[in-house]
Amino acid sequence: MSELRDAYDVAVVGAGPAGLAAATVCARAGLATLLFDEQPAPGGQIYRSITTTPLKRATILGADYCAGTALAQNFLASGAQYVPGATVWNLTREREIGVSVAGSARLLTAGRVILATGALERPFPIPGWTLPGVMTAGAGQILLKSSGLIPEGRTVIAGCGPLLWLIAWQYLNAGARIDAILETVKGDGAASWRHAAAFATSPYLLKGLRMMLAVRRRVRVVSKVTALRAEGRDRVEAVAYRTARETEQRLPVDNLFLHQGVVPNVNLAMAAGIEHRWDDAQLCFAPALDADGGSAIPGIAIAGDGAGIAGAEAAQARGMLAGLAAVRALRPNAAVLEDVNAVRARLARFTRGRAFLDVYYQPAPQFRRPARDTLVCRCEEVTAGQIVDTVALGCTGTNQMKAFLRCGMGPCQGRECGLTVTELIAQARGVAQQEVGYYRLRPPVKPITLGELAGLPKNEAALRSVARG
Amino acid sequence: MSPPDVIVIGGGLHGCSAALHLARRGAHVTVLEKDHVGRHASGVNAGGVRRLGRHLAEVPLAVAAMELWHRIGDLVDDDCGFESHGQVKVAENDREFATLRARVDELTRLGFTHEELIDRAALKEILPAISDHCVGAIACRADGAANPYRTTLSFNRKAESLGVRFIESAAVTALARNGRVWRVESGAGRHEAAVVVNCAGAWADRVAAALGEPVPLEPIAPMLMITAPLPLFVKPVVGAAGRPLSFKQFRNGTVLIGGGHRGRVDRDTNRTELDFAGLAESARTVWDLFPVMRAAQVVRAWAGIEARMPDDIPVIGASSTSEGVFHAFGFSAHGFALGPIVGAIVAELVTGGKTNLPIAPFRIDRFVGRAET
Repeated sequence: MSELRDAYDVAVVGAGPAGLAAATVCARAGLATLLFDEQPAPGGQIYRSITTTPLKRATILGADYCAGTALAQNFLASGAQYVPGATVWNLTREREIGVSVAGSARLLTAGRVILATGALERPFPIPGWTLPGVMTAGAGQILLKSSGLIPEGRTVIAGCGPLLWLIAWQYLNAGARIDAILETVKGDGAASWRHAAAFATSPYLLKGLRMMLAVRRRVRVVSKVTALRAEGRDRVEAVAYRTARETEQRLPVDNLFLHQGVVPNVNLAMAAGIEHRWDDAQLCFAPALDADGGSAIPGIAIAGDGAGIAGAEAAQARGMLAGLAAVRALRPNAAVLEDVNAVRARLARFTRGRAFLDVYYQPAPQFRRPARDTLVCRCEEVTAGQIVDTVALGCTGTNQMKAFLRCGMGPCQGRECGLTVTELIAQARGVAQQEVGYYRLRPPVKPITLGELAGLPKNEAALRSVARG
Repeated sequence: MSPPDVIVIGGGLHGCSAALHLARRGAHVTVLEKDHVGRHASGVNAGGVRRLGRHLAEVPLAVAAMELWHRIGDLVDDDCGFESHGQVKVAENDREFATLRARVDELTRLGFTHEELIDRAALKEILPAISDHCVGAIACRADGAANPYRTTLSFNRKAESLGVRFIESAAVTALARNGRVWRVESGAGRHEAAVVVNCAGAWADRVAAALGEPVPLEPIAPMLMITAPLPLFVKPVVGAAGRPLSFKQFRNGTVLIGGGHRGRVDRDTNRTELDFAGLAESARTVWDLFPVMRAAQVVRAWAGIEARMPDDIPVIGASSTSEGVFHAFGFSAHGFALGPIVGAIVAELVTGGKTNLPIAPFRIDRFVGRAET
């Protein structure tokens, strides 16, 4: 790794389409630009391993995936300092960044910070979801992209969302066996159809339909699944499901992939103090931002799916907008290739009709607020029933819940349970999710070792606080 | 005379405890809390329940509190997560050990025997994982720790069951005497009572100032961090003689590290910001004292907001300017363990005008004439 300086003009976190585009714009304009990314190679989740994947045939992962190649190459040639394998675990309002690289922790500052930390899969708490052999579809996709691994044995994919079809399609292209898709779409689409006209003009419509048809031709699809349960002793052996029309059915499985959409990865932004609000269409918390992704905290912007789910093309456009805003703020006279209005038009094109997908694929209530016995917090083993009972004790907020039951206090830092806990409390109290809010997130937003922390260089503040203590 | 109506300002542990003890004595109590019960230091502190190392003025209170902690279920119908595995303060060299010896000698002269000087071998027996360079310690075997939020909520719930009314999101904006009645304005309306108890923690100086008795209170944000679970290796709560530390492993294996280092605080927005350079100091202390911890994963750090007084002991007792007002605040980062007893003291003062415990050192007028910090 190249040497890190104490200060940069621009620091970008995340090397997905938004982060790559933002860093490229800033570096090309002559700003001292740094990009931290957790992964060993650029691409983020959508273009994961774009420069290194063993799956060289474009037909497996698709042309859209291959579009990431140019993005990554432009970034690598831009002059931005690229630090892969870096875990950013803190960001303050003063834009001080805490980061660990190769087991060593550092603090540094930047004039502008662009967070492009992308999305996470929404929690999908069903009975048995913690059994070995049950994993998120996204986790399966990571193995496919980075190592070319496909699941062995009987495989079922359950859930909903556009990515569910993409993953199934990529698996089939790679030669994987998929025994069934259990689709949990509510199918009461009335609410979504008012957005259908706009979606009819979306670039995603045709692609999506083609992909779904291709998958349906080769895999049995069970629609309108209303209940799911993973069964097994030491690992998953079967998936039980019900539909509105059928009594309980059971499929033997070796692998069960679960997916019900993605939500913004909010941890770093929330820990920095950026305000987030509940999004009633996407059913998650999203940051409050201006048109360029700027937050209310001076100099901190968010681009990509972390700003609200909109997909890779929109992420790239939002990354450019955030980058251009940084250039305007720090070096107004710099020559830039990109035209702001053209980028905004591009963003508009790729977000047109998004509301249709958001509403059509909204996960059903029973999959967001599970039944009493289902585990909600995997780290601390807290069930839905415990949460509902604790609300009755007078514990009415997510943070009180955390203090009382320890839910959200494990190593995943709430990523696997935060939304579920908000939704369960909101329902039990009969109030809106916005009123309940999310966990108050505290750094480090990713675990760091005590040794890394102990190795931080001493500064004056530390010396002062020792003197006071 | 029947017990008076009381308004308690502040729904932290001290406010909840005062309300509970007052209700037990028959008072009609309303608690005004600006956020929600247990929102600040009370809910998120390290949970230490110790007599070990107390300021001499606090020792009698801490001893009396410990008796309550060991039967806390009788008071609030919940064990509050209290466990008594002792507290230990470790000396890393002979000079520190001499300081500890002098401390124990002094307590003995005063008639207190709860702190016990132990040598290297006895220390290793209690703390097998402690680094070999440590030479001895003070052990306080009946001390322990509790779950702070659960404790505060237990006092809150028990008080409620005895008729105490808790009003949340009710920040006090003004208070004034109207004849024999205190009139308190809050975000939730106007409240009247014969007596006001100020348990407003990091905001208590504003109440005192409104009464014409300003105090040099400093809002502080002591930082804590917690690790992912490790195999169980330590039972007592551990501190150090020569540097700030509070170190405890929970039954689920996670380790809580705190003690001394502070973040930045803005009490008007409830916001705290961590100072990682300070947390790094805590990490270095743990690195030195518990080699087994070096690869532990720190999963979260935080800071609660509380009040520190210049002499690091609280304000407890009657107002020096205003009849019918009592204070209990400024616990200076070690008030959690005292919560159960200070509430009892306040209730005694309110209903009977006196207490048998020595509270003279905590008079609010001790700051009069001092330069404000």
